[in-house]
Amino acid sequence: MTSVPDLVTPTWEYAPAPESRAIATLRASYGLFIDGAFADPVDGGVRKTVNPATEEVLAEVADAGPKDVDRAVQAARRAFIEVWGPMPGRERAKYLYRVARLIQERAREFAVLETLDNGKPIRESRDVDVPLAAAHFFHHAGWADKLAHAGYGPDPRPLGVAAQVIPWNFPLLMAAWKLAPALATGNTVVLKPAETTPLSALLLAEVLQQAGLPPGVVNIVTGDGATGAALVAHPDVDKVAFTGSTEVGKAIQRQLAGTRTRLTLELGGKAANVVFDDAPLDQAVEGIVNGIFFNQGHVCCAGSRLLVQESLHDELLDRLKERLGTLRLGDPLDKNTDIGAINSAEQLQRITELAASGEAEGAQRWSPDCALPERGFWFAPTVFTGVAQSHRIAQEEIFGPVLSVLTFRTPQEAVEKANNTPYGLSAGVWTDKGSLILWMAQRLRAGVVWANTFNRFDPTSPFGGYKESGFGREGGRQGLGAYLDVEVDA
Amino acid sequence: MSERLEVRRTAKLFVGGAFPRSESGRSYEVAAADGTFLANAALASRKDVRDAVTAARKAQPGWAATTAYNRGQILYRVAELLEGRAAQFIDEVASAEGVDLDEAARLVEESVDRWVWYAGWSDKIAMVAGSSNPVAGPYFNFSVPEPTGVVAVLAPQASSLLGLVSVLAPAIVSGNTVVVVASEARPLPAVSLGEVLATSDVPGGVVNILTGHTAELAPVLASHMDVNAIDLCGAPAADVAELERLAAENVKRVVRPGRNGEPDWLAEPTPRRMLALTETKTVWHPQGL
Repeated sequence: MTSVPDLVTPTWEYAPAPESRAIATLRASYGLFIDGAFADPVDGGVRKTVNPATEEVLAEVADAGPKDVDRAVQAARRAFIEVWGPMPGRERAKYLYRVARLIQERAREFAVLETLDNGKPIRESRDVDVPLAAAHFFHHAGWADKLAHAGYGPDPRPLGVAAQVIPWNFPLLMAAWKLAPALATGNTVVLKPAETTPLSALLLAEVLQQAGLPPGVVNIVTGDGATGAALVAHPDVDKVAFTGSTEVGKAIQRQLAGTRTRLTLELGGKAANVVFDDAPLDQAVEGIVNGIFFNQGHVCCAGSRLLVQESLHDELLDRLKERLGTLRLGDPLDKNTDIGAINSAEQLQRITELAASGEAEGAQRWSPDCALPERGFWFAPTVFTGVAQSHRIAQEEIFGPVLSVLTFRTPQEAVEKANNTPYGLSAGVWTDKGSLILWMAQRLRAGVVWANTFNRFDPTSPFGGYKESGFGREGGRQGLGAYLDVEVDA
Repeated sequence: MSERLEVRRTAKLFVGGAFPRSESGRSYEVAAADGTFLANAALASRKDVRDAVTAARKAQPGWAATTAYNRGQILYRVAELLEGRAAQFIDEVASAEGVDLDEAARLVEESVDRWVWYAGWSDKIAMVAGSSNPVAGPYFNFSVPEPTGVVAVLAPQASSLLGLVSVLAPAIVSGNTVVVVASEARPLPAVSLGEVLATSDVPGGVVNILTGHTAELAPVLASHMDVNAIDLCGAPAADVAELERLAAENVKRVVRPGRNGEPDWLAEPTPRRMLALTETKTVWHPQGL
């Protein structure tokens, strides 16, 4: 007897659609990229980088010691004095255009490598990280010969050697955010990628070689916090740009106290995503999901606090839970995967601990039915309701797929609650009323406000935080100032 | 053994992405600076002008709607292809302008770099020329530059490639489409540029290139009611006032030629030409509960 197929109930079953990993050629081991060539560390060591989705070792990567950092800074200084500093902007521009084009040409390779090393879904590395990285180089290439028009005076000068320390959540994209403006404005760079995600930066080094970038203009030293600390503390560095935790950011700010080293910081966040009862509901649900579950919530500007108007709470939560039931968690290389792996065991432990505190403090925890793979680092999408402002999960950055839901009655209360954390990186507003969006935007103490959208990025749009989310902007005309000699009192 | 005879290129117009001859069936003789015969260029007619304006108008909304990032990449692509055909352009510029090959090479390189310079402007025009305006009231008020529409360009008469690129790129980078009348006596680099544009992702109709008598075509463009602006750079000096009078009929934006003739195209460019061909749009939106 044949059964009648049920065509009404959606099942969300998809056949596997894995992206081939063959395109990403992994070397067994990687050296440091100093003065245009790969070299073994002089006084450093070696560490393994793993695929967080499988715990498979991908490659061995050098750990730069203090002498290696010093060599890199010296190479950058030489390149600044001899080549990159004196080079006309229009020639610098053409190097950056080449880099943008090469990233576009090798886009799939970058995407697969990023997903292997980071654990993020291939859909995101392919559609967000890599194209945006190319766009950042392309946009900033155009600034290199137009700095006189950027509003910093007729002939703004570079700072010199920039030390840049970037996080593991968007490894290639953060490298692009850091390198493109620094190079466009005429600085040379020593870049330190995160210890768990060094591979895309090292592939970028190959791209820089293909572009014919003069040796020493960009140097890449891999390693952990110790390498970063040695770099930041190096006396011949003119500028430090750091993206990472607020805790480390504060330590760097203290460390540079009393020096002439310029500093910009892009730190943590605890963004409020404020949903009013007249919001376009379907879009709001998508925006909330994108806001917190994009990149497993490993996003400093993630919409980790949902502030929903009381009258809408139950309906919105129902819709949200229904939507979360359709998210697919698993193999990051599968093109249908929505939620990939947590980047490291350490980060998984941090998320687990904070989520436990949510329960302990009395919030209600919910996750969709969701089988986690046996190997690798995974955390199911999680929603906490009944969250109070004093709860740790409402105050501390979790940096994982965990959403804390709070309610409000009036716009004034929404503003009050949204601003009630030490952070101020981003915020979201959902309403059909344009004047309310702008009223909210005026009062939110956040560097980026998304209205009826979330997690949008563009090289022309400045990004950065208020309060303990850091200072300085990346992208836009404003972002150039971070790498130009525009000290208030020179 | 006989020497191989070269195959000559027919110099055609470039309209709506295609390469028609003049509908008039006319052509005119183009000679090198030293008097050697080079080619018979199409002698565009009033009807060709009108066809070109139609093509430009048709392409304009789509081009303006392209993201600035995309337009920038397309202009950059023009630079890539021009660089690849540099040898041909060096020959053409040298024979058209009567300069030696080194000087011609410099002019061609500068033309490539000029495309790159303007490519970079596409997503920066609004960043530099736009503003958020702090009006005294509960309003969010901002101004953005927008393309003015269809722009007629009378290309410089002396500088056959660099001058042409320097008036063409600033017109299209913001989202305008263009009908350009090439240098009358030195039209061949313009004809070749059309062939580069046709293969470089620039949508058909965004740039339309006519060759012919500037004095004959200029009044048709200046008086055309569907042209929004005219760059008089290469207009015969004696005709400028009359062309401006014609342009007034539909209040065209007019870019006047320099007081001292053609500018030094090798000098550092400025954003002025680009901004002269944009409109400023200001938006008011209330802010409140």
